[in-house]
Amino acid sequence: MKSAPFGYQAPTTIAEAVGLLAELGDGAKVLAGGQSLIPMLALRMAVLDELVDIGRIIELRGIQRRDGHLRIGAGTTEAVVGADPDVAAAVPLLTRATPLIGHFQIRNRGTLGGSIAHADPAAEYPAIALALDAGLEVVSTRGRRTIAAADFFDGFWSTTMEPDELLVAVDFPVWTGRRGFAVEEFARRHGDFAIAGACVGVALDDNDRVTRCAIGLIGLGAKPERPTAAEASVVGVGVTDVVADDLGRLAVADLSSIPSDLQGSARYRERVGAAMVSRAFTAAATEARRD
Amino acid sequence: MTEIAIKITVNGRPQEAVVEPRLTLADFLRENCRLTGTHLACEHGVCGACTVLVDGAAVRSCLMFAVQAADREVTTVEGIAAPDGTLSPVQAAFRDCHGLQCGFCTPGFIMSLTALLRDNPDPTDEDIRVGLSGNLCRCTGYQGILAAARQAAPGPAEA
Ligand SMILES: Cc1cc2nc3c(=O)[nH]c(=O)nc-3n(C[C@H](O)[C@H](O)[C@H](O)COP(=O)(O)OP(=O)(O)OC[C@H]3O[C@@H](n4cnc5c(N)ncnc54)[C@H](O)[C@@H]3O)c2cc1C
Ligand code: FES
Ligand code: FES
Repeated sequence: MKSAPFGYQAPTTIAEAVGLLAELGDGAKVLAGGQSLIPMLALRMAVLDELVDIGRIIELRGIQRRDGHLRIGAGTTEAVVGADPDVAAAVPLLTRATPLIGHFQIRNRGTLGGSIAHADPAAEYPAIALALDAGLEVVSTRGRRTIAAADFFDGFWSTTMEPDELLVAVDFPVWTGRRGFAVEEFARRHGDFAIAGACVGVALDDNDRVTRCAIGLIGLGAKPERPTAAEASVVGVGVTDVVADDLGRLAVADLSSIPSDLQGSARYRERVGAAMVSRAFTAAATEARRD
Repeated sequence: MTEIAIKITVNGRPQEAVVEPRLTLADFLRENCRLTGTHLACEHGVCGACTVLVDGAAVRSCLMFAVQAADREVTTVEGIAAPDGTLSPVQAAFRDCHGLQCGFCTPGFIMSLTALLRDNPDPTDEDIRVGLSGNLCRCTGYQGILAAARQAAPGPAEA
């Protein structure tokens, strides 16, 4: 199908883009890589008056290491994120998750900011941003603010950004010391959105005690979920004493809005999710012990 | 809605048009440029039939508006054979290895594989399978396509 008609603007600076968003109001939407928005327009799940294409704004792209953080411009493509050596060194979860996003042709256009702003509960980057306490930097004509990932994801495909705000960059805290990371997903075919998945980060002290555990759940709610009770349950515990399957079960125990559809019932997803947490924790812990 | 004047270089030739913003790159290629080698099936990003190269990167032309491709270089399946008509190595391999039956999916596979082998001249079978996972074929059962990919791969770069 074809999109309904819309007007089109292609600003080249952030200032110009947020000016347009303020001026055009509610019927306007940002177009980034278009890999989620264009299918929605084509299927007429979305009908919009104006698109503000941010694909020509060079200042929205790029990756910088700043003390303790890795800052990635919202317009940086998934392909660039997945191949970047600084990302691999500083935030390995992003590097490992990127090949799981669709197919390479999708990643050549899709952007980090688009994926996070779209806030699909089954998407990889939102779950990683949540698990790692990323900061989402947004700009409007009213100014600039940083939203903590914990406050950003609001519900299905919905965030706490205002309609006139542009996500400009994502700040990922960089873990140091002995650490390990893993992403595990189950999907029917390569490139499909996962039926359920998990990303896990584990940090250890010199005695192999867990000092930090971060878990992001993929496809297990209306938004990416973070099972904080499960995370806390292993902190201070010797890593070899953690029973990964128990951690997995605990991580999915309190979920109240697991989707149920033709791909799988909520109960099935819950069990798959528990297994993915277990596998990802085991892989992350193994990596951290070698560190 | 206001139409927009654009210029896109397609297979080395500048193409100018005044288009509605909602016109996809795929429809621009097929209808404005009369290049019907780029096929459309799902029109929402899942089948890969519409794959073209934009500034060298393989993308879905149904998931890009023509206005987004303004001032960029697009290569379609019509643009990869030699000027005298000699097939590209990927095209020739599809013919040699029975990589097509009805041919509907073929332009998309050829363009994806052209980009894939340029970036990874010596892929493993797994690399090929993952790389082609975004293209669907309803006829061949994929084995001929995999064989074509292996034949077309240039192999390890000479040191
Ligand atoms: C076949 C297929 C398979 C896919 N599989 C996966 C998958 O397995 N995992 C996955 O995570 N994704 C998948 N995707 C989605 C893909 O990753 C998208 O690229 C991504 O979700 C959106 O990024 P985009 O840059 O294309 O954004 P767009 O589609 O342009 O925009 C998406 C939404 O975000 C808003 N937006 C975009 N950028 C900003 C910004 N800077 N500030 C404010 N709002 C903004 C837009 O207004 C829109 O509402 C798939 C897509 C396809 C077509
Ligand atoms: S027609 Fe573009 S991906 Fe199917
Ligand atoms: S050859 Fe017919 S769909 Fe692939």
